[in-house]
Amino acid sequence: MPAFRPLPNGGRLGPAAVRSWWPKGAEGEPASAKDAVLLARTPHLVLDGATAAAAALGACRVVAYVPEHLVPGVRRAVAERARHGLDPVPIEVVGAPSAFLAGQEAAVVSALNGGPPMPTFQGLVPIRRRGVQGRPTLVHNVETLAHLALVARFGAAWFRQVGTERAPGTVLLTVSGRSPSPVVIETPLGSRAGEVLGLSNEEATQYAGALVGGYGGTWVPIEAMVDLELSPEGARRHDAVLGPGVVVLLGKRTCPLAEVARVVRFLEAQSAGQCGPCIHGVAGLAATLGALAWAPATLRRGPEELVELASLVEGRGACRHPDGVARFVTSACEVFADEVARHLRTGLCPLAAAPGTLPLPRPLARPAGVAW
Amino acid sequence: MRRRVFRLLVDPIACDGHGMCAELFPERIALDRFGYPVFSDQPVSPDLLPLARRATTMCPQLALHLVEANASGGAGR
Ligand code: SF4
Ligand code: SF4
Repeated sequence: MPAFRPLPNGGRLGPAAVRSWWPKGAEGEPASAKDAVLLARTPHLVLDGATAAAAALGACRVVAYVPEHLVPGVRRAVAERARHGLDPVPIEVVGAPSAFLAGQEAAVVSALNGGPPMPTFQGLVPIRRRGVQGRPTLVHNVETLAHLALVARFGAAWFRQVGTERAPGTVLLTVSGRSPSPVVIETPLGSRAGEVLGLSNEEATQYAGALVGGYGGTWVPIEAMVDLELSPEGARRHDAVLGPGVVVLLGKRTCPLAEVARVVRFLEAQSAGQCGPCIHGVAGLAATLGALAWAPATLRRGPEELVELASLVEGRGACRHPDGVARFVTSACEVFADEVARHLRTGLCPLAAAPGTLPLPRPLARPAGVAW
Repeated sequence: MRRRVFRLLVDPIACDGHGMCAELFPERIALDRFGYPVFSDQPVSPDLLPLARRATTMCPQLALHLVEANASGGAGR
């Protein structure tokens, strides 16, 4: 939930949970680092936001659910706060397992209730009504809480000095592919992507495409990326969402279809393996993409099969994981249509064997403790 | 009095895809190529309610639910 929307205010809430939605490295969204940066460098800002939200809602408990490697730092910050009696409610720090979906909000609640860190069915009773210990629960991500803390400290007028009318404030982006290693950038909402990335029309020609919103996000043609407005509305004009704030520029010395196939193989392994349409549909997408990338001659149906499977999985899971996979695949088919046609025509791609450049944890392991 | 409109909702985690529901209520339920239920966009009209209720109670996993069409919920359809 963006910071600028009013907090839901129906009665008193129970526990409030802080989550690091997309933790760094081999955990969560592999291409994102912004939450880890915030938690490591400004833990007090994040915790200020959490306690402000808790106070506004009358919550009785705050839980910081953060990646294991950040637990000691956050614990230290909590102890400092306790010494000064800063917080109206106690803050607990709980380590999150390293799995792509561990930060999904129902998975957070499940883990805090002692269950597996996997999404649960939310169709009948959402966690905002029944969550941790059966009480109404608010789950916010780290960046939103940091923004909340800034609004609480400096006021709404200060917060609105940058950004757009409908999307005030700033956004944190993790940008890969523009420099040798990924960088986290804070920029006012509404900025032009070309300016933020230091990308002119001419420089853009060295890239094959841009990924906006991470591995559940949307591929955008590189020419359109230069002028993309970095805001929810701006992204929506390209059928994209900023989501976890991940932007990846894909270079030309690699096969985009092989890159996409590798990521979808990873996403398949990360699915919690609970819902039939997601299990079979995402496996089908991974297999079809693999064939399209590395053995196009074996394909009976190519792009049509991908589009069909994508629409089959969309909205059919307990969580939004398959929807993101569908968006990732269908937008890739559009943006890399020339490559798809070339693969199908020539039956082989000289670049398909090149090492992947999109960030993925290595080795590609399935999360421990998950039954398949 | 406002007329209550119902729609079907499946818990995709509980559903095992054996397809009993599509046999019991083909008026609104079809199966996808993997055998999992897909619902028609049309609401369940009052005359179909008994059939819909039978499908929900006979689902071996109790994964099928009949909810008010305007009721909000999370993912899953
Ligand atoms: S939709 Fe997929 S990822 Fe989400 S809970 Fe179901 S099986 Fe797991
Ligand atoms: S009868 Fe129940 S378990 Fe079987 S396919 Fe239908 S909803 Fe799923």
